[in-house]
Amino acid sequence: MDIKACLLITAWLLPLVGFAVEVFGGYWSHHAPGGRFKSRLAAYLSVGCIGGGFLLSLAALLIGLSDFDLTLWGTPEHGSDHAAAQFAVADAPHPAEHAVAHASHGGTEVQYVSGSLYELARFGKLRIAIDYYIDSLTLVMFTMVTLIATCIHVFAIGYMDDERTEDHVDHQVQTADGSHLHRPGRYYRFFAYLSLFCFSMLGLVLAGNIFMVFIFWELVGICSYLLIGFYVERHSASTAANKAFIVNRVGDFGFVIGLMILITSFGTFNFRSYNDHADAPQPPGLFEMARDDHGKVHVVETNDTQRVITFARANGSHTSIPYWLLVTAGLGIFAGCVGKSAQFPLQTWLPDAMEGPTPVSALVHSATMVAAGVYLAGRFFPVFLPEVLLTIAYTGAITLFVAATIAVVATDIKRVLAYSTISQLGYMMLAIGLGGWIAGLFHLITHAFFKSLMFLAAGSVIVGCHHEQEMTRMGGLRKKMPVTAYTMLVGVIAICGLAIPLHWIIPGLPGGWDIAFSGYHSKDAIVATALTYASLNPIHSLLFLAPLITAGLTAFYMFRLWFYTFAGKPRDQKLYDHCHESPRVMTTPLLILAFFAIFCAIGGEGGPLFNLLGASETQVTDVAGSGIDLPTHADIAQYHGQAGVLALLVAGLGALLAYLMYCRRQPDPALIKRQFAATHEFLVEKWRFDELYDAMFVRPVHVIASWFARFDLRVLDGIVHRIARTGITVSAWDRKFDEGVVDRSIDWVAEKTQEVARSLQAVQTGRLRQYVMFIALGVVTLFVLIFTLFPLFPKT
Amino acid sequence: MEVTLNHYLLIGAVMFVSGVVCMATKRNGIAVLMGVELVLNGANINFVAFARYTNLGLDGQIVSLFVIVLAAAEAAVALAIALNFYNNHQTIDVDQGDRLKG
Repeated sequence: MDIKACLLITAWLLPLVGFAVEVFGGYWSHHAPGGRFKSRLAAYLSVGCIGGGFLLSLAALLIGLSDFDLTLWGTPEHGSDHAAAQFAVADAPHPAEHAVAHASHGGTEVQYVSGSLYELARFGKLRIAIDYYIDSLTLVMFTMVTLIATCIHVFAIGYMDDERTEDHVDHQVQTADGSHLHRPGRYYRFFAYLSLFCFSMLGLVLAGNIFMVFIFWELVGICSYLLIGFYVERHSASTAANKAFIVNRVGDFGFVIGLMILITSFGTFNFRSYNDHADAPQPPGLFEMARDDHGKVHVVETNDTQRVITFARANGSHTSIPYWLLVTAGLGIFAGCVGKSAQFPLQTWLPDAMEGPTPVSALVHSATMVAAGVYLAGRFFPVFLPEVLLTIAYTGAITLFVAATIAVVATDIKRVLAYSTISQLGYMMLAIGLGGWIAGLFHLITHAFFKSLMFLAAGSVIVGCHHEQEMTRMGGLRKKMPVTAYTMLVGVIAICGLAIPLHWIIPGLPGGWDIAFSGYHSKDAIVATALTYASLNPIHSLLFLAPLITAGLTAFYMFRLWFYTFAGKPRDQKLYDHCHESPRVMTTPLLILAFFAIFCAIGGEGGPLFNLLGASETQVTDVAGSGIDLPTHADIAQYHGQAGVLALLVAGLGALLAYLMYCRRQPDPALIKRQFAATHEFLVEKWRFDELYDAMFVRPVHVIASWFARFDLRVLDGIVHRIARTGITVSAWDRKFDEGVVDRSIDWVAEKTQEVARSLQAVQTGRLRQYVMFIALGVVTLFVLIFTLFPLFPKT
Repeated sequence: MEVTLNHYLLIGAVMFVSGVVCMATKRNGIAVLMGVELVLNGANINFVAFARYTNLGLDGQIVSLFVIVLAAAEAAVALAIALNFYNNHQTIDVDQGDRLKG
């Protein structure tokens, strides 16, 4: 087996080991020395597992660099590959031969390692197996997930410290007698869940077929359910956990439909054919069947229906499936991504998921749960047809704008971050939908770093302020908690995309040399893609305006958050006085994440991260007749400078406005709030999505449920009661019959028998001589009877 | 006068009735046993007489031999009972043995 696969599989299984040990043995960990406090053993085990996973992933990444022969610096010539792929549309009279000819023609191959670990089941054509698929995207995701998860685990050692007791008091839960809830701490349980969460996410990233993705997809869902509902006694937490799970069900419904279409039309779940330890030629995977080597989807017209040719390269044969079916499959898979990545219209669960402990929020919002959706959308990119990509783009555009507007008015520090996550996920989806595959995943990685950083910083603020989350009560905290404040500032600048673009000042310098944090590069790439797309397809120029305007909004609300929390004068003196900087176990992860938030995208689009991701990009060219031109790398390069200027300008404006409003009070935010009271309220109520869903789905279901309840009470219960009553009546009769007839007849027989026995008692005199007389008389009588009744000598 | 079957049957019947009367009237246990012997031997005479005067072969004789053996065994058992009875009641009056009456 490939060495990278070995390393990654070990890294993947380590958290599972941690989980198993803690679930089965965690209960005893409080018997370790430490008096009435439980020991930190569980936390150390989890950190060790995920940290070990990080080291293995890093090793695999380094090995992968040499194995895949990647150039890390500089901009590779993408344009030429695309130029080669621009060939005539396959509408010729014999499109099949045409297509096959091109399919056999060797194009640029994606470098990957794929193999099968274990076959779970085989039902005819359907094969369910644990496969692995490793390309540079997998390696980057593994390293990112394990690194962030390690930081979050370490942070959680400090954050969850108050759970390390036998008598934890939950101040947010009132018991029936009015006191706060007392319960045993759940320290080890928290870390067990975290480990399982990491295991699920890593499994999802490692998966080599879409069915395995689905399995781990659901595992991630159940872990988030467990962790969001960690404070299960709080009603809001259990509701939020349910909401997250149920909303995800809606998306997963589409996912399952997509899976069914894929298995029936392609007959395989594999991404690509196995090439690790495969002697014989292996059957092709989904990506190889959907497009030819140049990333071209071949469409043919038969009997007025469009069909897509699927290639089965092993023997050069090919079949075709209806065009709309493949579109539906893509939309179904994307529906799953919408649910998991909290895209419009299923975005409502993510802000509620803030009910979980803050490390969980950080993990959910950066490396795991929501990243899974974008990752899958990116992974499945080759199967998506233009209609699907357009849907993805518009979904992303709507999401990023809606979420950003809500974040502008939110006052709960975690909720602002939650909406910014939704908004940023919208950016990623938009980029993928626009064909900016690398840009989207680039942003996924950079966002993971600065968003986990900001969430952990927010967690540090929350712990420092004794579980106060309302920003309206904070202020001036940077003096009390400098490390938290300035690492948070790093995150804020990164997400806003502020930078000093050196190449404007010094002409001739490549863009990668700008003094900028990671977010600048990735957001720049997305805005550039959007601008290119909009100029190629002017009808979709909204897809450029939305991210551009939202870039300003993002800068505004993020700086608003920072100014509210850390700058200015304390709004609540009592809270401020009791506030303190967090212990080192919590600030160290902040510093590490801040480092990566600054440097992980170093070099921008000529840097290592971008080139690493670029190595996994599948060649994708447009489908003829779809009316959409996907921008090529060469196109994007043309518009890049222009887009960068615009994005930076808008972001700068947003940040400036935030500074004026929340530091200078000029214009006064309260005044604006009064003037736009209706809009403000609309935004505070989150565009009334919850109300809308309440009216559209929840209440009708309640009404129907009440109908059924009434039907149940009146009709079904009535029938059942009547049957019961009839049963009782019949039994009463039966009892009467039983007592009156059956019992009495039996009793009568018994009584008579006893009477006869009593009367016969007199005969038993005990006198021997009398008995002899009886015998003699009896014999005589018998003889007389016999002789009279049966004459021995008949009279003749 | 020639001795015929009927003579024997008459003697047998007389013996049988005497035995039964003896059993029914005597209170002495030993006397009752003697009555039993009379009954058995009356029956024996009938068997032997039928064997002699009809063409039934030796069956009658053999049955009477069985009866004699049976009577001997019966006497042994009955005398043992009588002894035990005497041990318990200091008498062999059979009217005293009415403990099991209903």
